[in-house]
Amino acid sequence: MGDKVQMENMQKYLLAILVDNKPGVLTHVSGLISRRAFNIESISAGYTEEPEVTRINIVVSVESDRELEQVVTQLGKLIDVIKIVNLTKLPSIARELVLIKIKAGKESRADIKNIVEIFRAKIVDISPENVVVELTGQQSKIDGFIDMFADYEIIEIARTGAIALSRGPVPVKEM
Amino acid sequence: MKMNGAQAVLESLKKEGVDVVFGYPGGAVLTLYDAVYKMKFPHILTRHEQGAVHAADGYARATGKVGVVFATSGPGATNLITGISTASMDSVPLVCITGQVANPYIGKDSFQEADVCGITTPITKHNYLVKKAKELPRVLKEAFFIARTGRPGPVVIDVAKDVFDTEIDFNYPETVSLKGYSGEYEGDEAEIDAVVRAIQKAKKPLVFTGGGVNTSDTAQELRDIVQRLGVPVTTTLLGIGTYPADGEGFLGMAGMHGSYGSNMAIQECDLLLCIGMRFSDRVTGKVAAFAPHAKIVHFELDAAEVNKNVEADLRVLGDLRWSLPLLKDKLSKVPDDFRSRFAPWLEQAVTRAKEKPFGYVEEGEAIKPGALISKIGSLMPRDTIAVTDVGQHQMWAAQFFNVYEPRHFLTSGGQGTMGYGLPAALGAKLGKPDSPVVLFTGDGSIMMNCQEFATIADNDIDVKVVILHNCILGMVAQWQRLFYSHHYSQSELKGKTDFVKLSEAMGVKGYRLTKKEELETVLPKLLAEKGPLLIDVMVPEDEDVLPMVPGGKRLDQMVLGGKD
Repeated sequence: MGDKVQMENMQKYLLAILVDNKPGVLTHVSGLISRRAFNIESISAGYTEEPEVTRINIVVSVESDRELEQVVTQLGKLIDVIKIVNLTKLPSIARELVLIKIKAGKESRADIKNIVEIFRAKIVDISPENVVVELTGQQSKIDGFIDMFADYEIIEIARTGAIALSRGPVPVKEM
Repeated sequence: MKMNGAQAVLESLKKEGVDVVFGYPGGAVLTLYDAVYKMKFPHILTRHEQGAVHAADGYARATGKVGVVFATSGPGATNLITGISTASMDSVPLVCITGQVANPYIGKDSFQEADVCGITTPITKHNYLVKKAKELPRVLKEAFFIARTGRPGPVVIDVAKDVFDTEIDFNYPETVSLKGYSGEYEGDEAEIDAVVRAIQKAKKPLVFTGGGVNTSDTAQELRDIVQRLGVPVTTTLLGIGTYPADGEGFLGMAGMHGSYGSNMAIQECDLLLCIGMRFSDRVTGKVAAFAPHAKIVHFELDAAEVNKNVEADLRVLGDLRWSLPLLKDKLSKVPDDFRSRFAPWLEQAVTRAKEKPFGYVEEGEAIKPGALISKIGSLMPRDTIAVTDVGQHQMWAAQFFNVYEPRHFLTSGGQGTMGYGLPAALGAKLGKPDSPVVLFTGDGSIMMNCQEFATIADNDIDVKVVILHNCILGMVAQWQRLFYSHHYSQSELKGKTDFVKLSEAMGVKGYRLTKKEELETVLPKLLAEKGPLLIDVMVPEDEDVLPMVPGGKRLDQMVLGGKD
């Protein structure tokens, strides 16, 4: 992902895509994204309240509304795609989960615990040499959290990519 | 009714009204072919899977029905790829049924295994891997529905070998239920009202018709609208035939090798009514300077085509079968006397087109491609279906062969697939047995699927194959002359291949024409013969296709040629 050079004028949008929960559907979606050379920041998929429907959350970077329209209309042509809603254009809540494994001996553990508390993150695993911390939040918060560990040795990071729901009672499928 | 998966496939095809399958057997489809044998299902054995898929494509383009292909797993399926891609780019409805290795062998790099769904995802409208026999009826029903509705396209059904052997209780569904696809595209009538108002304000409207009019069988509505308005008409390569070549105001094909009259009219018009076309780079020239004075109206079914390459000022999103009758109806209710108001513009556009028609310069005894194709056009009936391969001869056929009816000019537009012609021609003839079929091909293209002469001979398929034989890859050489200092890098064919012997070796009679007078003395007799034949016509090596809009130039910056 993100293998294109980021441009200053790129806009990010979070799209919620409801698809038929059938074999091959992720291939169809991801294949289309690469074929049309769309720039994807993140993609995540999971089950929904309906067993036969999967929700794919993608964050796209586009240069113009016209490019965004292309992403939406091209994805809309896929037979397994039921619905696409641009949540960035609606009042919505977006969250991402990150797990970070940091090298931490006795001397640095207290500092790390401080940062974790300030961000309301959690330490979820600890060993004599490392800790694993968990944080949920908006992308900017997670970026800021990771920046705080610049002086420590980060062993690895796993991020989910953003997922989102609109505010209010109406689900995406009824929009 | 109890039957195995193979029989279920064929029963489904019967329910869909399939009257012929093009294919090639192999290990993973042996049970399917055993059912073909037992049920005596009509099947044409081509000599290569690529031949089968192009034949199905030619059949589908000529008839409007879904073309059906069978192939085995692995190489059988991968040999279909070029043909599926060709059909996808030109919106041709196909259902390709490929055998896959048996369920327990999937994913094990088994003999003749290939990830067919993975490979075909970017070039199909949809695809399926069927691992359970009970899914077959639903999948086949959906596949035909998806292939033929909306913007048509190819659908691949990859079936695990053991599925063909598994017994099921066959019940063909009456309907499909797809959450994300209805196949119906009725748009917003207000968009059509806006177009009517734009036409009322326009002084120089031009109709630009594309492949969508062929695909949706709306040529009659288009012709009625043009008749009501009295405006000039141009076409894309795939739009050829939607408006008759001798129809009032017809300016010929537009674009890179389009007519002077068409390209100039596009650059001058103040309203461009683009109908079922997708603004390919071959049609627009320099996009930023395309139709600079025009309000662009885009009649289109596929929302992803609107504003993709060219930004439309007005759009009418929806099936042409919905929008064109409505436009026609609305125009009939407007009191405007369009015909007399647009008459000066029509006169101007037609006069300009006549000043610089497609042409060629006679040179001694040589047979000029333009002369050959025009002559064949004059000798063959109006309902002749012309099929082409890809290259110079394709453009000459588009320029010089007069086409009068929709679905009568079959050519690989989007992909530009050399080797398309011969199999597509045989497929077209099988679909339309009462229409004469002529193939224009080149000495480059014909070799890419020449094995299909054997299929034509075996089944006595009456196709007239005309090779424009210039001993060079003509279009490559033309670009090498123009842009690569005349370096004929790997484009010379040296002329050692004897096409007459080649076709005769496979059971198709062949003739060779070398002199201009033979167009009068020999050609008429050949075309009047019954049954398939090849006519190998020697043409000059250094003839350019003109006019030509060089890449990145405006349509009015074309290099002219011919008689001017």
